[in-house]
Amino acid sequence: MPKDTGIGASTKRREDVRFLTGRGVYTDDLSLFGQAHAVMVRSTVAHGRIVSIDTSAVESMPGVLAVFTGEDFKDVGGNPAGWLINSRDGTPMREPKRPVLAHGKVRHVGDAYAAVIAESYAQAKDAAQVLSDATVIEELPAIVDMKAAAADASNRVHDEIPDNICFDWGWIEDNRAAVDAAMKAAPHVITLELTNNRLVPNAMEPRASIGEYFPGTGDYKLTTTSQNPHLTRLLICAFVMGIPENKLQVVAPDVGGGFGSKIYHYGEEALVLAAAKRLGRPVRWTAERTESFLSDAHGRDHVTKIELGCTAQGDILAIRTETYANVGAYLSNFSTATPTFLHGTLMAGPYKVPHVYVNVKTVFTNTAPVDAYRGAGRPEATYSIERVVDKMCRELGLDPFEVRRRNLLTPDQFPYTTPVGLVYDTGNYQATLDKAVELADVAGFEARRAESAARGKLRGMGLSTWIEACGIAPSHLVGVLGARVGLYDAATVRVNATGTISVMTGAHSHGQGHETVFPQIVAEKLGIDASSVEIVHGDTAKIPFGMGSYGSRSLAVAGSAMDRAIDKIIAKGKKIAAHMLEAAEGDITFADGKFSVAGTDKAKTFGEIAFSAYVPHNYPLETLEPGLEETAFYDPANFTYPAGAYICEVEVDEGTGKVDVVAFTCADDFGNVMNPMIVEGQVHGGVGQGIGQAVLESTTYDDTGQLLTGSYMDYAMPRADDVPFYTVDHSCSTPCTHNPLGVKGCGEAGAIGSPPAVVNAVIDALQRGGHTHVKHIDMPVSPNRVWQAMNA
Amino acid sequence: MTKVTMTVNGKSVSAEAEGRTLLVDYLRGGLGLTGTHVGCDTSQCGACVVHVDGKAVKACTVFAMDVMGAEVRTIEGMANADGSLGLVQQAFQDHHGLQCGFCTPGMVMTTAALLAENPRPTEAQVRHGLEGNICRCTGYHNIVKAVLAASGQDADAIAAE
Amino acid sequence: MHNFEFVKPATIADAVAALAAEGAQPLSGGQTLLPTMKQRLAAPEVLVSLTGIAEMQGVCMGEGGLHIGAATPHAVVAAEAAAHYPALAALAGGIGDPAVRNRGTIGGSVANNDPAACYPAAVLASGATVVTNTRRIAAEDYFQGMFTTALEEGEFITQVIFPIPQRGAYVKFNQPASRFALTAVFVAQFADGVRVAATGASNNGVFRWEEAEEALSAEFSAGAIAGLTVSSDDMISDLHGSAAYRANLVKVLTGRAVTAAR
Repeated sequence: MPKDTGIGASTKRREDVRFLTGRGVYTDDLSLFGQAHAVMVRSTVAHGRIVSIDTSAVESMPGVLAVFTGEDFKDVGGNPAGWLINSRDGTPMREPKRPVLAHGKVRHVGDAYAAVIAESYAQAKDAAQVLSDATVIEELPAIVDMKAAAADASNRVHDEIPDNICFDWGWIEDNRAAVDAAMKAAPHVITLELTNNRLVPNAMEPRASIGEYFPGTGDYKLTTTSQNPHLTRLLICAFVMGIPENKLQVVAPDVGGGFGSKIYHYGEEALVLAAAKRLGRPVRWTAERTESFLSDAHGRDHVTKIELGCTAQGDILAIRTETYANVGAYLSNFSTATPTFLHGTLMAGPYKVPHVYVNVKTVFTNTAPVDAYRGAGRPEATYSIERVVDKMCRELGLDPFEVRRRNLLTPDQFPYTTPVGLVYDTGNYQATLDKAVELADVAGFEARRAESAARGKLRGMGLSTWIEACGIAPSHLVGVLGARVGLYDAATVRVNATGTISVMTGAHSHGQGHETVFPQIVAEKLGIDASSVEIVHGDTAKIPFGMGSYGSRSLAVAGSAMDRAIDKIIAKGKKIAAHMLEAAEGDITFADGKFSVAGTDKAKTFGEIAFSAYVPHNYPLETLEPGLEETAFYDPANFTYPAGAYICEVEVDEGTGKVDVVAFTCADDFGNVMNPMIVEGQVHGGVGQGIGQAVLESTTYDDTGQLLTGSYMDYAMPRADDVPFYTVDHSCSTPCTHNPLGVKGCGEAGAIGSPPAVVNAVIDALQRGGHTHVKHIDMPVSPNRVWQAMNA
Repeated sequence: MTKVTMTVNGKSVSAEAEGRTLLVDYLRGGLGLTGTHVGCDTSQCGACVVHVDGKAVKACTVFAMDVMGAEVRTIEGMANADGSLGLVQQAFQDHHGLQCGFCTPGMVMTTAALLAENPRPTEAQVRHGLEGNICRCTGYHNIVKAVLAASGQDADAIAAE
Repeated sequence: MHNFEFVKPATIADAVAALAAEGAQPLSGGQTLLPTMKQRLAAPEVLVSLTGIAEMQGVCMGEGGLHIGAATPHAVVAAEAAAHYPALAALAGGIGDPAVRNRGTIGGSVANNDPAACYPAAVLASGATVVTNTRRIAAEDYFQGMFTTALEEGEFITQVIFPIPQRGAYVKFNQPASRFALTAVFVAQFADGVRVAATGASNNGVFRWEEAEEALSAEFSAGAIAGLTVSSDDMISDLHGSAAYRANLVKVLTGRAVTAAR
C-alpha cells in the first residue's frame, strides 16, 4: 500500500481546491480602489526611427489620465542581461540598453514606445489606437535572418553594434585544436544542419502587472506575474529605476504558468510603478494574447551545424558544433546564458565523448527578445546530439539502441568530468534505457508497424537518451561563467507557538505544487501532520531573499534550504528538550515528532517544545534565545544531473503528411522523488510541450519582421487530441550525491528529451516506408513539411 | 451604459454594461466572479468557458447584452451545496488534472457540458471534446484521465491500454 | 473594440428595420465577428443580433430538402440534421470546438464566406439555396470569392435549403492551429450526378472540382479520380501549406470522401 502522506506519497494537491472553485487570485483578478488602466502602444513595424509622437492627440480624450513615452524613461537605467559572456577573442559581449519604453528607435514589432493611462481599460485602448495613428515612425529595413544580419554591417539593430553580433563564444576554446585533430582522424564524420525552432512560451495566463505607490511612506508595491519576485525587485531597483530595494515590495500571487517567460523583468512592470507614482493611484496593465505573442520573451531559435566523428562501430570520437543563436532585438535577462552555459556545457550528452567543441554566435535581429524557455539550452543540445547520433546509425547501418549502449557512460565512471566543463555526479543511463525499452515494448514494434500499415499508415520509432544539468545553480560555478547574481536559495521555517509551521520559501510555485510537496517534507522530518504546515511564497515582504523557480531548481535548491532550516529547528529543539528533560543535549534524540532521552521513556512532543520556546518559563534563557524560527540559505556544490531515455512511436499519413504521435514512453532518473503524482505530471507537461515543438509549433516572421504566427489562429498549440497517453517511469533512481534530499529536478526533462525522439521516429517511419531520400526534416514536422519532404 | 440582468449560479444579478461589454468582462468586472479567465482574444483557448442556458460557450466571444435574461453558470457555481468539490472538480483533483490552474475553470465547465451530453465518452471523444480548451501545463494526460474518471470509468486502465 | 449600440430584434421584420440604420451590421453567433471586432477590423455603429429571431431557428424537412434556419447553431444542426443528411450533420459537428458550435450559426458562416470555413463546401456541393430576407439565391450564384458573396447591404440570410443527396461525405483536414479547414472536400452524389466542392484551398474561395465530378458521376469510387490532377495555380500558399500541398489535399481528400460517403 503506497503511503498517502510524507516523502514519496502522491498526496493530492491542496492548492487545487481554490483553483477548481474559481477562488485562485491571479494578478488580473485583483481590483483596487481608484485603479487606472494602462495600455501599451506598440510598434507595428519591425525597425524604425521614431520621428514624432503627438501626445496632444490623446491628452484630452475621455478618461485619459497620462501618457508616457520613451522620453520619460531616458534618464533611468535599462533592463540588463544577467550573464556577461566574453567572445572567443576575450572581448566582452555587446550589451545595448534595453529601455522601459523604446526611445529613438523601435526594434521589433510589438516594441512598446508609449503607454496611455486612463480611467477605464476601454478608454485607454481607444486612446492607444489614436496615439498609434498620431505617431510618425520612419521605417528602416528589417533585420530578420540571423546569418544575413551577421553578414551585413550596413543595417544595424543597434547603431553602435556594427555586425549585429552580441558575442562569438567558444567552449572550450582550448579544446578546439584537439577536437579539430580528432575530427580529422575520425574514420567517419557525420554532418547535420538543423534548426531548433523558435517557440512562444504561451503560459495560459498572459502577463499582468499592477503598480501602487504610497506617498506617506514613499513605498512602492508591484503585483506581477513573476516566477521570481526577488529577482524582479533587484532588477527594477538596482538597474532600472533606482528605487531603494527596501522601498519596493514585489508580490507574485497565483501565477498561471511561466515556462521561463515570467522569469524576466519586463518594461511594463517599471511603467506601472512610474505611472502609479505620477498619478497617485494604482495602475494596472494586462497583456492581450496578441501582446504576449509580440512581447513575451520567445524561446530556442538556433541554427546549428553539428559534426560527429566516429568509428564504423559507432563509437563517438568527437563532436563539433557551430550555432547561430537569435537573441532578438534586446538582451533579455537570461538570454546570454541560455545558448552558452545552458547549451554548450551539455554537448557531450550522456556519452563518453573525448573531444567536444562548441561555437555559438549570438545575433541581434528585429524580432522579440529570445530567452530561456522550458529546458533552456539543454533541449537545443539534446536535439543536436540525438539527431546526429540517429543519423550516424542510419548512415553506418547501426542499431540505435546498441549504439547508445556502446557510448553511454557507465555507473562506475561517476563522478565523470566532461570535456565541456561539467562533473556528472551520478547516474545509471543503461538502467533507464533498459526500462524504456521494456515499457515501450520495443520487441512488439514490428507487429504494431504491420497493423499500422494495414490501416495505410507508416509507423516509426524514435529514441533519445538525454541528460541535463539543472537545479540551477552553484553560485561559485555560475559566477565563473559570468552570472551577475548568486543562485542559492533560502527558506525560513517558523514554528508558531501553537506548533503549526509557516515555511517562507524563495521558490515560487506557478503550477509545480510547492504548497503540497514542501509540507510533505516538513511533516516527514518533524513527524507532524502536513496539514499544520503552510507554505508562504511569492512576496518579498514575507519571504527571505530567494531566486525563484526555473531551471528545475525549486526542490533541489530551495527545498534543500528548507531541509537545512528544519535541521536547525531540530538542533535547537534538542537544546530546549535537554533543559526540560534535565538531560545532556547529546543524549536527546528526535524521532516521530518526539524529543526523547536516549534509553529512557522521558520525552517531550514537538508541540511542547514549540510552546516552551515561545512561553519560556522553564527555558535555558541564559544560553538560548527564545523562539523557534530558523533561516537557511543553501548554495549547492554542483548542478544536478537528471537523465533518461525516451521512446516515441509515430504514424505518418502518406497522403497528407500528417504525423500522429501514437505512443510515448519516458524512463527517467530524477533521484529521490517526493511526490510521484506531481513528478509524473511535470513529465507529462514537458513531453506535451516537446511534442508541440517537434510537431506543431512554429514562430514565423516574414521578411519585413511581421510575426505571421501572432495568435492561436496561426501558432499551433498542442491540444488534447494532438497527444496520446504517455507512459512515464522514474524507478531507475540514483539519488543526487550532494543535496540533502537526493533530488535532481523534473520540471524540464520532458521538454528536453522528447523532440529528438519524435523527429527520429518520423524519419524512421519515412525510411521504413520507402522514402529513403529523407534524412532530416526541421521542426515542426508539420503536415506540409513532411509531405514536401516525401515528395521532394 | 445599460443595466443588464441575468441569472448567474442560480441568483438573479445585474450590472452595468456597454454594447461592447463581453460576457466575461461582465462576470469578472461587473460581478467580481474572477474564476472565469481570459487567455486569448481569438476564441481559441477556452479559459473563459461558462454555461449559458446549459450550453458551454466562450464568454469572451459573447456580448453580455446578447445573453440578457439567460441562466449562466460559472466555475463558482460548480461545487456541491455543502461547499465540497463537485464531481468533475473532485475528479480533477484526484487525477492531478491541473497545475497552474489558469485553464482549469474552462476545462471543468467544458467537461461538465461534455458529460451532460455524453455520460460515458471514449478517450477519443474526450480528446475531441476538449479541442477548444488549451492547457500548457499538463500535456493533457491527467485532464483526459480526470474526465474519464468523472464519467465513472476506470481512467487508469484506459490510460494503460 | 469600438463601442456600438446593441439591438436584438425578435422578428425578421424588426431586424430589417434595425439594419436600415446608418453603420448597422448584423451579428449572428459572433464566433468570427467578435474576434474581428476585438482587432478593430470591424467597427459597426449598431450591431443587430439575429439570434433572438425564432423564425430563423431550427432544422426541418420541407420543400426542396432540409431547411435550416440561419440562426441555428452548429451543435443543433449536428444533432437534428443527422437523421436526414448525415454528411451535413457530421460537418456541423466538426466545426470549431463544442463551445463554438453552441454559438456559431450556419447563417453567420455562409454570410462571412471565410475561404477556410466548412459550411460553404456543403452549400455548394449540395446545390443548396440561400434564402435571404429579400430573395432566394442558388449556391452557384451566391459565392463570389473569398469573403465575398451575393449579399447586398442590409440583406441577411434567413434560411438555407439543402437538397439531400443519395450519399455524401465531408472530409476535413485541419489547419493545425486554428482548426479551420486547411483544405476540406464535400462530395455529394445525386441521382443526376456527383458534385464536389473544396474549401480552404483556393484563393477564390470555395469551388467545385468539375473534372472529379465528371469522373465520379461515371463511376463513384476513389479509383475514378486516381488519374486526375488538381492544378495548384489558384491555390492558397501560406505557412501552413504550399499551393502544391493544397492541390494534393484536394485530390486526396476527395478520394477519402468518396470512400466515406454514406
